[in-house]
Amino acid sequence: MLAATTKSDTRYELVVGMEVHVQLLTRSKMFCRCATDYAGAPPNTRVCPVCLGMPGTLPVINRDAVEATVKTGLALGCEIAETAVFARKNYTYPDLPKGYQISQFELPLCIHGRVDVDLPDGSTSPIRVRRVHLEEDTGRSVHEGGYSYVDLNRAGVPLMEIVTEADIHSAEQAYAFLTGLRSVLRYLGVSSGDMEKGAMRCEPNISVRTPEQKARGEYGAKVEVKNLNSFRAVRSAIEYEMRRQIDVLQSGGAVEQVNMGWDEERQRTVLQRTKESSDDYRYFPEPDLPPLALSRAWVDEIRAELPELPGAKRARYIRDWGLRPTEADALTGESLVACFFEGAVAAYGEEDGKPQRMANWITGELFRLIYADGEGQDLRQIADVRIAPAQLAALLALIDDKTINPNTGKKVLDIMYATGDDPQDIVAREGLAMVSDTSVIDEAVASILAANPAELARYRGGETKLFGFFMGQVMRATQGKADPNAARQRLQELLDEA
Amino acid sequence: MHLTQEEVRHVAELAKLRLTEAEVRQYAAQLSAILDYAERIQEVDTSSVPPTPYVLGLENVMRDDEPQPGLDNEAALSNAPDSANGFFRVRAVFEE
Repeated sequence: MLAATTKSDTRYELVVGMEVHVQLLTRSKMFCRCATDYAGAPPNTRVCPVCLGMPGTLPVINRDAVEATVKTGLALGCEIAETAVFARKNYTYPDLPKGYQISQFELPLCIHGRVDVDLPDGSTSPIRVRRVHLEEDTGRSVHEGGYSYVDLNRAGVPLMEIVTEADIHSAEQAYAFLTGLRSVLRYLGVSSGDMEKGAMRCEPNISVRTPEQKARGEYGAKVEVKNLNSFRAVRSAIEYEMRRQIDVLQSGGAVEQVNMGWDEERQRTVLQRTKESSDDYRYFPEPDLPPLALSRAWVDEIRAELPELPGAKRARYIRDWGLRPTEADALTGESLVACFFEGAVAAYGEEDGKPQRMANWITGELFRLIYADGEGQDLRQIADVRIAPAQLAALLALIDDKTINPNTGKKVLDIMYATGDDPQDIVAREGLAMVSDTSVIDEAVASILAANPAELARYRGGETKLFGFFMGQVMRATQGKADPNAARQRLQELLDEA
Repeated sequence: MHLTQEEVRHVAELAKLRLTEAEVRQYAAQLSAILDYAERIQEVDTSSVPPTPYVLGLENVMRDDEPQPGLDNEAALSNAPDSANGFFRVRAVFEE
């Protein structure tokens, strides 16, 4: 299998540019007032003469969609155009009722951005954003039995297109870029970023080139891959295409410039049927829409609405709260997680390494519960868990003041997750308070030593690793409630008494 | 300006028109004549006029993001030559 061969091949450089289409979370469509809540709606019930492309109708621009695009451009470090113009992109397809898509061509809303992508190995690579522009989504068609069935509910939904320069040189970088981009989109609240629902669609342009080509400033023939519905699929497709193109070149062939689709089941790219015999879109300025003038005052107003973005949050957690990068990453990917964490730290305190302890509990125990909850791996569910940030803070305070031990804390958290009850109530109700009373602990230790004479003899004969066995028995005898430090100390003393 | 027969074939394809070779020759000549006529406007000196596709002087014509009901399904499909189960129905886009 191609994908199984070595990943990196120093004779070739991978070159990837990314086109990302993002559905904006507006309530109405881009150029008409039809609702955008088409998910699950019967076909052709979110349509009107404008989005059906009927003669004599006129589009009107949705201000929120423009502002969402400018907001995204600002977050991606773009320059915002002073004048932006919509353009007609002409092609013929049944899910495009007007025979053209209103898009942007020469004067997009945002240009020249830059995103710094942090990789797992600690390195950072800059990826330039060529443009961010606004357009409208198409309808959807189902092909069956010699017919195509067309539903235009989606036609006209605001669609933002983000195009990068060909600055991506590994599948990992592409993955990190997309994850970071989705995170920013969710922080901004401009899109759900849900790939499996088609709210975010990524199309990498993939090519490889030799160092000689690179020295001459040349590129290899590029292949565009579509139909990728997860970040993992994007990564796999890039790795697969790189191998395939290198193998073609190695065997003396030439890479053809084509569109490919991704076959998720077989984990390979396949040549895509082409819609049009010719890609000649004959762009021209949309005469039905006057240009947009983006005054600096308007842009500044939008800039003022920008929230703290994931990169800045991550840096602040590390700088101000002393968090480790691993937890800072895990907590800032989703704005809802960061929001929960900040609420919990506000209730718990910022001193004595408390933020890191809170981070450990959220990324360890709370994430474990969310992942196990059957709703998939979506951490946005943190907004729906029954535990409030202040309740988690109260639980950690119970551990800090030694009312319960950390292991009992996990048990209490499980109950909180299921019931939403306060940790204090659970501890009282279930009798989980930690036992530090030395007489109770002494009694437990004595009975364990008495019940296990053989192990005791071996321990005293020098097999000290049996300490763990005795410790486990003591904790079990106290239903896990013994103060582990007190228990460890007494056990050590009594074992060594002999 | 002279429109080549190749360009006529290309435009015809984009417009989904099927032309005979005689028609291609005929339209190449006719369309060239039309373009030549329109080209006379190039004689006007526009060196001091910035290019614009707009003549009305309007900008920033926008609306609030407020949805409102559109057409019901029956009305939406009423002009369609063919429909089924609430969908517009057309000849298969791809060969099966």
